[in-house]
Amino acid sequence: MSVFVERLRQGQAAAVERLPRWWNRALAGALIAFGIVLPFFFPPDSGFMNGTIIAVAYAVMSLGLNIVVGFAGLLDLGYVAFYALGAYSLGWFGSGFFFKLHIHVLVSPVASTLPGVHLNFVLILIAAALICAAAGMLIGLPTLRLRGDYIAIVTLAFGEIIGTLAVNGQSIPVGGGMTLTAGNLGISAVDAPYFPGYGSFGLLNLRPWYWLIFGILLLVLFVNVRLRDSRLGRAWVALREDEVAAVSMGVPLVKTKLLAYSVGAAFGGMAGAFFGTYYTVVNASQFAFGFSIFILAMVIIGGIGSIWGALVGGLALGYINNYLIPDVLNDLPSKFGLHFELTQLGVGIFGFLLVIMMLLRPQGLIPERRRRLELTAQITAEDAQLAEAPAGEVTVLLPPGEGAA
Amino acid sequence: METTTISPTLPTVPVRPLAAVRRYAGQWGLIAALAALPVYYGIHDLVFGYQAGYVAGHLVIKHDLSNLGYDFAQGLSNGAIWALIAIGYTLVYGIIELINFAHGDVFMIGSFTAVGLWSVFGLTPGEGAAALTGFLLLTLIITMLVTGSLNVLIERVAYRPLRSAPKLAALITAVGFSFILQNVGLLWRGGSPQSVPDLIGVQQTVFTIGGVAIQRGYILVFAVMIPLVFATTWFINSTRAGRAMRATAQDPEAARLMGINVNATISLTFLLGGMLAGAAGLVYALYETNVWYFQGFKAGLFAFTAAVMGGIGNVRGAVLGGLIIGVIQALSDARLGPQWTEAVVFGYLIAIMVLRPRGLLGEETREAG
Repeated sequence: MSVFVERLRQGQAAAVERLPRWWNRALAGALIAFGIVLPFFFPPDSGFMNGTIIAVAYAVMSLGLNIVVGFAGLLDLGYVAFYALGAYSLGWFGSGFFFKLHIHVLVSPVASTLPGVHLNFVLILIAAALICAAAGMLIGLPTLRLRGDYIAIVTLAFGEIIGTLAVNGQSIPVGGGMTLTAGNLGISAVDAPYFPGYGSFGLLNLRPWYWLIFGILLLVLFVNVRLRDSRLGRAWVALREDEVAAVSMGVPLVKTKLLAYSVGAAFGGMAGAFFGTYYTVVNASQFAFGFSIFILAMVIIGGIGSIWGALVGGLALGYINNYLIPDVLNDLPSKFGLHFELTQLGVGIFGFLLVIMMLLRPQGLIPERRRRLELTAQITAEDAQLAEAPAGEVTVLLPPGEGAA
Repeated sequence: METTTISPTLPTVPVRPLAAVRRYAGQWGLIAALAALPVYYGIHDLVFGYQAGYVAGHLVIKHDLSNLGYDFAQGLSNGAIWALIAIGYTLVYGIIELINFAHGDVFMIGSFTAVGLWSVFGLTPGEGAAALTGFLLLTLIITMLVTGSLNVLIERVAYRPLRSAPKLAALITAVGFSFILQNVGLLWRGGSPQSVPDLIGVQQTVFTIGGVAIQRGYILVFAVMIPLVFATTWFINSTRAGRAMRATAQDPEAARLMGINVNATISLTFLLGGMLAGAAGLVYALYETNVWYFQGFKAGLFAFTAAVMGGIGNVRGAVLGGLIIGVIQALSDARLGPQWTEAVVFGYLIAIMVLRPRGLLGEETREAG
């Protein structure tokens, strides 16, 4: 058995070696080109386009959370807070919600006559990223002394507090008869993205929305790849693997951890702002705890810490949740003579997928290279250690996760 | 000519300016934060008074603590339910270091099972006392068995195969099972809260202490909670299986080497936690007189907060934490409005994490050190 596996591994290594160096770049270029031309194969207002746009936006969030959970190993269960803050950035700065103010920067001719704060979508995107980065640091501060599940609990609590604030924001005045949020009524009539020379985006033609979120995705992917290989990225991995060792080697703990939180949060905020304008309403009921888990599931199903895994996980779950279950398979039970719709089972199906996925492939669809090496190398190393340990010397083999004490 | 001088003084340890403050904050900060809410509202009631209702068309304003006492009575009985759920969290976390996200939904299934059994037995509010007690005890036993086995089943299917996988994997399957159970609840009793028959007349006053009316519901909750907690602590502290549980919690590997069947012990822990959650579910249905498929979510989070507050892995801590969370909840419900309660409870959770991560009764742990 092990001989076979060994041979397989050699074959794989040989195959990787034989591929020319430009192969990766060519593949990436082809994928990007495919992504750009994809909308031309589908009607501009089809359900598939809608599903694709949402799936790509989920992938952006998944990539953001992957920095916090995957790279830095800080389990964040309150990621929905950044979705909320990003969406509210759009609601605050891109609608008539603050009706006493009249601020207009580079918006469509229609919007520039309306009361409220109306900024160009790109400016809102930047504002959302900055607000979320600051909030990420704030959430990170109390977790600096903590590890593991305790971080998860604090972030969960923060997410729930932000959610409660969003729901009850109607009773928080900010002056001039204006309130912080519109609660479950939602901030409606938000501006569609507007670009001088093109005009405003409309909901009948979804192609420009797609290209916009695809552009954001490419940006986030680029930042992700560059960060992973940077000094900061290596510091994150070092902290994740062994905090004590990393700190004693001179990795600045506070700065590194807070940067992980804020970079991850910034991406979540950008996707949140996009969702705000795409759904044309910023409603407090969107920001439930289940959403944090949904994004986390994308990261974990994709392969924790792996950029391509987070991308694939985000796209896959986005499609399943927003296209496959509601559009394609919804009337499947009625074809078998059963009297319910599949959307009623949506949560359960999703839960079932999570369980099955974890049982069959706990390392995710596309595991991170480093982790894959660890998983396969560990077994052989342990065997070797056992064989080589001299008599009388006790070899303690810690189960995974115990070593970080 | 230069002479090299050797500093005669030893290098001094730099004194951190706020060291004393930090130490006191660690010791007393959480207790001060917990006392803040009741003390503030107590003083508020005494100084400014509270509206005690209308007598002959005139608004009566009282200056005493009975309103606060009412909040406490209400809160302690809420908290007793959270305490029962929190024990399940604390036992499971203590033994396999997993936040069992499905636990709150096991509690919900407990409520649903109990309500379903009532209609099977044909229980109505007009039932005689003896028959009612008998049937309720029967319901309690069956519900506890159902939720206990459900919890064991979940452990067997979803957590045991992942014992050697990364810890996150088990967390995700826990979330997955939580979703599955919620969907079961949704299909079982629909999407909106359902009221159930008020079998025992929970709001009837039994007696009054110091101006605080003690309702039947309060007595019911404690009549179920106290024996169960004593039974659980007795089981853990005094039986052979309980000793195996404590040993496994301390060091699973060493426990295995000492001949303890670790897997069976973990199953037993889940059985115990599930049974307590089922009891809590029955009491909740009787006490709140409504059930909802989503009730387990809030209950689970509150109970987990309680377990962390008491010091995770510690049964007495979980009970204490549950009671405290219940009182905070009642105070916030009554004074700030129920819509803020979650934010208040989670604010306290963060305060615990910052001030005293090991909880009120817990020891320093590896994770919270």
